[in-house]
Amino acid sequence: MSQSAANGMPTGERESARQSASSEQILAALEPEAASEAGPRKRLELRHISKSFGGVRVLKDVNLDLNSSEVLGLLGDNGAGKSTLIKIITGVHGADEGQILLDGKPITGLNVQRARQLGIETVFQERALADQLPLWRNIFIGRAESGPLGFLKVGAMRRTTADLMGESMGFTSTVLTPNTPVQGLSGGERQGLAIVRALHFHAEIVILDEPTMGLSLKETDKLIHFVESIRAAGKSAIFIDHNIFHVYSVSDRIVVLDRGRIAGQFATSRYSLNELMEIMREVASTGSYTEKERYRDVEGAPTKTEGER
Amino acid sequence: MSASAPAVSAPVPLSRRLRSFAVSWASQIGITVAFAALWLLFIFGAPSVFLSDRIYLSFAQTVPYFAIVALFLTMVIVAGDIDLSFIGEMPLCMVGFTFTWQATGSAELGFFAAIGVGILCGLFNGAVVTIIGIPSLVVTIGTQFLFSGLALVLLNGKSTPLVTTNSSFIYWLLVGKVGSIPIDFFWFLILAVVAWALLNRHRLGHNAYVIGDNKQAAQLMGVPIRRTRIMLFVLVGMASAITGMMNSLSLNNFFPGVGSGYLVYTLAAVFIGGTSVFGGRGSIYGTFLGAFMIGGLEAGIVAMGLTAYFVTPIQGAIILIAVSIHAILQQRLR
Repeated sequence: MSQSAANGMPTGERESARQSASSEQILAALEPEAASEAGPRKRLELRHISKSFGGVRVLKDVNLDLNSSEVLGLLGDNGAGKSTLIKIITGVHGADEGQILLDGKPITGLNVQRARQLGIETVFQERALADQLPLWRNIFIGRAESGPLGFLKVGAMRRTTADLMGESMGFTSTVLTPNTPVQGLSGGERQGLAIVRALHFHAEIVILDEPTMGLSLKETDKLIHFVESIRAAGKSAIFIDHNIFHVYSVSDRIVVLDRGRIAGQFATSRYSLNELMEIMREVASTGSYTEKERYRDVEGAPTKTEGER
Repeated sequence: MSASAPAVSAPVPLSRRLRSFAVSWASQIGITVAFAALWLLFIFGAPSVFLSDRIYLSFAQTVPYFAIVALFLTMVIVAGDIDLSFIGEMPLCMVGFTFTWQATGSAELGFFAAIGVGILCGLFNGAVVTIIGIPSLVVTIGTQFLFSGLALVLLNGKSTPLVTTNSSFIYWLLVGKVGSIPIDFFWFLILAVVAWALLNRHRLGHNAYVIGDNKQAAQLMGVPIRRTRIMLFVLVGMASAITGMMNSLSLNNFFPGVGSGYLVYTLAAVFIGGTSVFGGRGSIYGTFLGAFMIGGLEAGIVAMGLTAYFVTPIQGAIILIAVSIHAILQQRLR
């Protein structure tokens, strides 16, 4: 096998060669300039995903794409299947039917560890923090740095945590050290911890599950700013929230989930917040949405102003 | 997510650092103070006894019998489980030792057979708890009866003299003496360091803490919950095997009821040490001191001139006081 044979590699093999590239290379490839040159690229594709729990079909034939440099908002009532869909993407549950593709390549045997290796990270809020444990253990839940015999590199993990606290979390309080138990943190600090934990490990796709719950206005602003920075870095995010205002302000596209099915997808550049709320009401009462002729389409799609963002 | 530069932070005031230290180590500080207070009481109450080495040599032999299991039981409880089956594992492991030793004449092979039975018992506990999904409290009550009953059946209820093992290497290794100090005390020290390292400096303990603190978080973050819990039951099984052998070899006799008196002492050592029954919090250091507190009480009370009837109620009071101190510290320092 000579070097020139690489060009003749089947697509699948080339894909896997790219996958094994170092994270720096992947990050470089996802710089905003590079992304805009190539145009949006499909990063994650869900194909015909179905899932049942105890005979109840929670998800029915869900198809969904996520592009690079895109923030996807996921809306839906309680029981619409939002959290089940997220848990399938992050490997907590396996799908009964259907397929998940990452960069065009099917993922097999997805579990939480594998999803994280592939760069799919989830901010589960405080539900995924261990209260009594120190900050450094929380940063490294499920992937402790350890030597060959499984013994922890505690010093390295504490230093990483201290660095992250100073730079990324903006923890200025001197009371907090890497050894502080999480139960001493405020809501916003906990959330900072959950986000930094997701991002520290080179996340490519960040999933935020109800991230504004229990946050103050100021903290919510910080969060929105953070989600925008994910897009600016050429990465992707899925933003799930019960609050349509938050979802609308940050998302490029909104997917409405209803009783386990996708009821519609709406680019926020083409629909106003009021129209979307109207649609949500219609979906909630009828279970589906039929697009009416819209005068804006005739006059040309208005672009969203900065104020609306 | 920029390249990490060293964090520049203002120097932390000493009072803040002290408080941070106190919060992190509240439990350990609490148990140390309680231990020191109790021991000072003994020394003032019965100086002739508690300032001589004889009583300490006695503790060095008797405390490890119930405390070695307590070390590893601490890890199980940190992970939010409990294991009451160790008093059944001890005789069943000894059956493994005895049968192998009788068949081969080698006490060394018997040692490995006992450890093997301990591993199997732990695997069985762990499998029933994690695969069928029954709370470990219920499972290990059941396996306690199962294991000890099986030992009775296999031995026909009879005890086995072990006098001829006295010349074996294993005998020296488990119940010999180093100078005048019983060797099981050194095993207790070594295993305490091993348990501490596993709980605080190993992936196993890291995962155990997370599972005990927030099982949902562990699941969402991909912690190998089942494997971790099973492994912890296996460690208790191995500790039971070692303790069962120490106890039987020191008596030169294996009776099928070996270990049956240790249940409450072992549990008391863990909980006096500040390990939370709800999981997520606990220390080997606490269990280590807790073992000497509960193990030293009997001698202390009698030496101070009270009748032996006082031993049990005072033990009960000490357990309650210790657990209350831990609970109050935890609430205050939040």
